[in-house]
Amino acid sequence: MTSTLTPARKRSALTKGQLPKFAPYVVLAVALVLGAAILALIGFNAFGWGIVSAILFAAGLVGWSAAVEGSRKAKDKLATCLVVGSFLVALLPLISVIWTVLVNGIPGIITPGFLGTSMNGVTGVYDNRAAEGSGPVLGGIYHALLGTVQITLLATVISVPVGLLTAIYLVEYGNDRPLARAITFFVDVMTGIPSIVAGLFAAAFFFAVVGPGTKTGAVAAVALSVLMIPVVVRSSEEMLKIVPNELREAAYALGVRKWRTILKVVIPTAISGIASGVTLAIARVIGETAPILVTAGFATSINNNVFGGWMASLPTFIYTQILNPTSPSNPDPSSQRAWGAALVLIILVMLLNLGARLIARIFAPKTGR
Amino acid sequence: MSKRIDVKDLNVYYGNFLAVEDVSINIEAKSVTAFIGPSGCGKSTFLRTLNRMHEVLPGARVEGEVLLDGDNLYGPGVDPVTVRSQIGMVFQRPNPFPTMSIRDNVLAGVKLNNQKMSKGEADALVERSLQGANLWNEVKDRLEKPGSGLSGGQQQRLCIARAIAVEPQVILMDEPCSALDPISTLAVEDLINELKDQYTVVIVTHNMQQAARVSDKTAFFNIAGTGKPGKLIEFAETSTIFNNPSQKATEDYVSGRFG
Repeated sequence: MTSTLTPARKRSALTKGQLPKFAPYVVLAVALVLGAAILALIGFNAFGWGIVSAILFAAGLVGWSAAVEGSRKAKDKLATCLVVGSFLVALLPLISVIWTVLVNGIPGIITPGFLGTSMNGVTGVYDNRAAEGSGPVLGGIYHALLGTVQITLLATVISVPVGLLTAIYLVEYGNDRPLARAITFFVDVMTGIPSIVAGLFAAAFFFAVVGPGTKTGAVAAVALSVLMIPVVVRSSEEMLKIVPNELREAAYALGVRKWRTILKVVIPTAISGIASGVTLAIARVIGETAPILVTAGFATSINNNVFGGWMASLPTFIYTQILNPTSPSNPDPSSQRAWGAALVLIILVMLLNLGARLIARIFAPKTGR
Repeated sequence: MSKRIDVKDLNVYYGNFLAVEDVSINIEAKSVTAFIGPSGCGKSTFLRTLNRMHEVLPGARVEGEVLLDGDNLYGPGVDPVTVRSQIGMVFQRPNPFPTMSIRDNVLAGVKLNNQKMSKGEADALVERSLQGANLWNEVKDRLEKPGSGLSGGQQQRLCIARAIAVEPQVILMDEPCSALDPISTLAVEDLINELKDQYTVVIVTHNMQQAARVSDKTAFFNIAGTGKPGKLIEFAETSTIFNNPSQKATEDYVSGRFG
């Protein structure tokens, strides 16, 4: 029997020492305790505790691994610690923002009439009463929500045709001509324009064309389109570029004209990417404050006409409520409204992002049998 | 429903680069003509000039004449779109439209051109074209499913069905089987044999056995070296090209001594 000749071996020759499965948890627990102890010496705070514990954890795990598993595994553990650590650092501000806005915004949102009323007629007198506890916090964001929706919608109506047609020119007809290269260059420049400059441009343009002091929702929409168009061009261009040339050739070979090929083959193939790009472009401009302040002003009452009169929007509402509280002596009701508006704005952006994913999924070319 | 093609002294350029030089060839109606030759010798480029598909690339142009039953494709005022509706093409990689169902893929030539067609006519055309491409029995129960869900060989036959649905005079095939497995290749080759009853078929292939199996006549293209233009070396009956070629280069190529 050959098997009896082979001496029983303790370990396979192919393995080295291994840390037990529970090693990271043990190191983490030790690091947390040690971190707390060190922090207790110099004065405890949660932030320092996290930092010190993280450093101790990384050092402990890597050191233990180097002793047992060898240097290659130790380097692997070090890299893992760095990657996960960076991820947590990047996540921190996001979670912090969402937490702060939720905590401060929810009291505002659940106030009766917050989403359904405007600030028309709400004066400092009511806010003073609310602060004394003898009345409710009155007023709401209905006018601002309405303004944001109108301005953003008009900006989208302006930007999408311009942006999409530009992208079609660049991809389908540009052929790297000087004009196409110039457009690409200027689109890149436009991407970097500070939003206040876009606002000033739109304001100056309407002052010159319509008359001095023209501040309406439409002016703000023009300012926002200046910011939106380059984003739409860029995303649509990328989406049109990845439509395989074979599909265009297949259509040409059937005797289909170029414009029909673009309209019926290229754009439907790319529509999911284009639509989600547009949605993300909307999310990008919906929170702009500065260009709206200089183009649409701000209002406290409902304005249904995007082409006439000053108009409120959520960002400018937040800005004015914080900077010029309705009751200067009691700013708390104003800041409660501002936080509520901020929460609504974040929810809007989140819904837009979810919408982009949904659109991408709905329009995506179907596969499967 | 098929026409002959006569090419006279054709030069093909990309910009200033002469890609194919001085080709004259007569392609009979209702026959299968195969183009063989090493990679880069210009056979695909030449094939694409037969329905002006090379013009899709910027800077491509030709000198000379291509006559479809006597009408010059490159005459003044000729619309390339008209040319392509008479001379269909099947590509190397199957390329059904991913946004369309199997049925819509077959009807693509009609629908994309916005021609009106009653449902009955459309159904008849779909069945006729898919029958013609030997695909009807495999897909008749799932015409509304996306074309991209088919296997590679089925997709290629779907592309052939799409090409014959517009009822062209000539069908060009640019290495139609190079992305397919042997079984699917056999199905496509059988189909080519049936197609020649109605259509003029021109096929580019790297596979010499395939050329020998499917074609009536074979043209051998070759290139003198990198950067030199491709040339038509020899054009004759397929049996002559493979058994008794008149040119040394042809004999070397078909016997596997180079290329």
